[in-house]
This record gives sequence, structure tokens and C-alpha cells, in this order.
Amino acid sequence: MKIDVNGKSVDLEKQFTISELLKKMEVKMPDMVSVELNGKIIRKDQYDEMVVKDGDKVEFLYFMGGGNGFFRRTD
Amino acid sequence: MDFSGEQIERYSRQIILKEVGGEGQKKLLDSKVLVVGAGGLGSPVLLYLAAAGVGRLGVVDGDKVDLTNLQRQVIHFTGDVDKPKTDSAKEKLIQLNPDVRIDTYDFRLTSENIREIVRKYDFVIDGTDNFPAKYLINDACYFEGKPFSHAGVLRFDGQTITVLPGESACYRCVFPTPPPRGVVPTCSQAGILGVVAGVIGLVQATEAIKYLLGIGDLLTDTLLTYNALTMTFRRVSVRKNEDCPICGRKPEITELKDQELPLCDLE
Repeated sequence: MKIDVNGKSVDLEKQFTISELLKKMEVKMPDMVSVELNGKIIRKDQYDEMVVKDGDKVEFLYFMGGGNGFFRRTD
Repeated sequence: MDFSGEQIERYSRQIILKEVGGEGQKKLLDSKVLVVGAGGLGSPVLLYLAAAGVGRLGVVDGDKVDLTNLQRQVIHFTGDVDKPKTDSAKEKLIQLNPDVRIDTYDFRLTSENIREIVRKYDFVIDGTDNFPAKYLINDACYFEGKPFSHAGVLRFDGQTITVLPGESACYRCVFPTPPPRGVVPTCSQAGILGVVAGVIGLVQATEAIKYLLGIGDLLTDTLLTYNALTMTFRRVSVRKNEDCPICGRKPEITELKDQELPLCDLE
């Protein structure tokens, strides 16, 4: 199945939960990311159950501080 | 409209725009914008808003100019090192445009002082460099009903969103709570290409001017993300979040609180 992650098409061999997708996409600091699924921000306590389906649009939105920065984006 | 000859000349290139005109210029001169942080984002915002003739600018910053700031904080010059950033900024802005009145606040905003300051302005720019300040500005603007522009920058990336509290998605709708302390690495690992703060700061200044003039479409319900390396801008649609802790259906945040500052080994 095909989904869209941050505007790019991604092929997946099966359905993934949000937690699994974060691992699959090698998001190293999931705590620094807000996940939006089809325009809706997903609560972190739903990551293990919420399943991404064919055609879904996922956005990993990164926390960004300021010029001094407090973390490093790792993707 | 009672412009001086010098004002008509100074602003002629934007007065000639039909979307601005004399009426719009009058609006700008009568407007008040608060810029929180006179740093990488705040520098271009302040310079361009002063140049455009926004009549009153509030500058909030509790820091002094440091040599490491000059790579991106273009309102401060080499001779300003060790000066309070508010003084350094005010000096430049007055020279740039004597029409503009500058209010300086040379301290950090807290839950105790932010609301009375925000209240005096029409639009707020978040040009801060840390998460506690970003949440504080979001929450204060929500309680005061003040429109504001949020932005964050890091390395080669930036993002910005305009918030009309109660009407459009707020910062907490997208990022409900600050990142946990333990996962935030030290500052020394981060970095920022100066121009990235410039690009994003100017988007914020543009949003402020559009809001004040009532023209165009604001970046509401839209997180604009930017990557300098690929020179990509993306508009990510976001919407009001019913679980938002401040503007959702069952808000948990009913009063302002200071968030703890994440640990950081660089000041």
C-alpha cells in the first residue's frame, strides 16, 4: 500500500500503527515529533492502536525552538 | 490624511500599491506590534516593520548581545557586544525610521508580566529561542485574544504559523505539550544557518503587515515549513484540535503557568 509521509509517497508492505511507522521511518526522537494523520493531530496514547491505511497522509511535525536551539533534528 | 512630505516620500513605494494606499499607511502608523526576542527572528522582523512604518514596536529581550549572535541577529553590530539587546535594537530602529516609537522591555516574560504587556499591542511576534517562552506566548495570546505569529528555526529548517486565538489552530493544537526534559539534547549539538532565521522572520513580518492592513490570506491553520538545503517550502494544513489543552473542548489550562526550561549546557 502507498501512503504519503511529509508530502512524499512511501510504499509499505503492510498496515502499520503510528508507533510502528515512527520506527519504520527511523524517526530517532519521536518525543520531538507531533504526528498528524489526514489532517488530525494524533494523541500520543493512541500511537499503538491507530493504524495507517492505504492512501493516508501522514505528517511528522518537528518541534523547533529558536536560533540557539534545544535539540537536533535527526531525520 | 495628515502625512508630512517626508512621510509621503519615505513610504511612496508602498503607498503606490493599491492594497496599501494612504489609508493602509495610516493603519500601519497607527499600529502596535510586540516582538518577543530581538534575536535571529526578531532582528529582520523589527527592521522591516520599522521600515514599513509600523508606528509602535515593543521589543522584549532580557539578554545582552554576544559575539555568537552576530552571525544571524542582524540588528546588532560588532560594537554592540555586551550591550542589552533592547538598547542595541532601539538605536538602530530609531535611526532607520524616526516615525516609529520603540518600547523596550529588557527582561524575560513570565506568567506574571506577559499579559499586561501583550494587551497593549495589536499583533505579537514570537521570535523566542526556547519552548517555555513559546508556550507562554501562545497561552497569553489565547487568554488576551491577541493574534500572533509563531516560528521556530533549527539548522537548515524553519517553520511558522499564524494564530488567531479561538478562530484558528494554535501552537498547542499542533504541539499540545512541550517535549519531555530528558529527550532534549544539549544546545551545543544544535546550530542555525543565519539566513534561515532571516527567511522565516520575514514571513512573520509579512504576516504582521497583512494582518494590520487586512489584506491577503494569513498562514492560519497552515504550518509553513522551510528547508534551506532543498529550498523547499511546504504548507501543511493543520486544524483546531478538539483535544487541545487550551482551546479544545475540555481545556486543562485555565490560567497562565511558567513551563520549566529544559536543561541546556550553553547559555
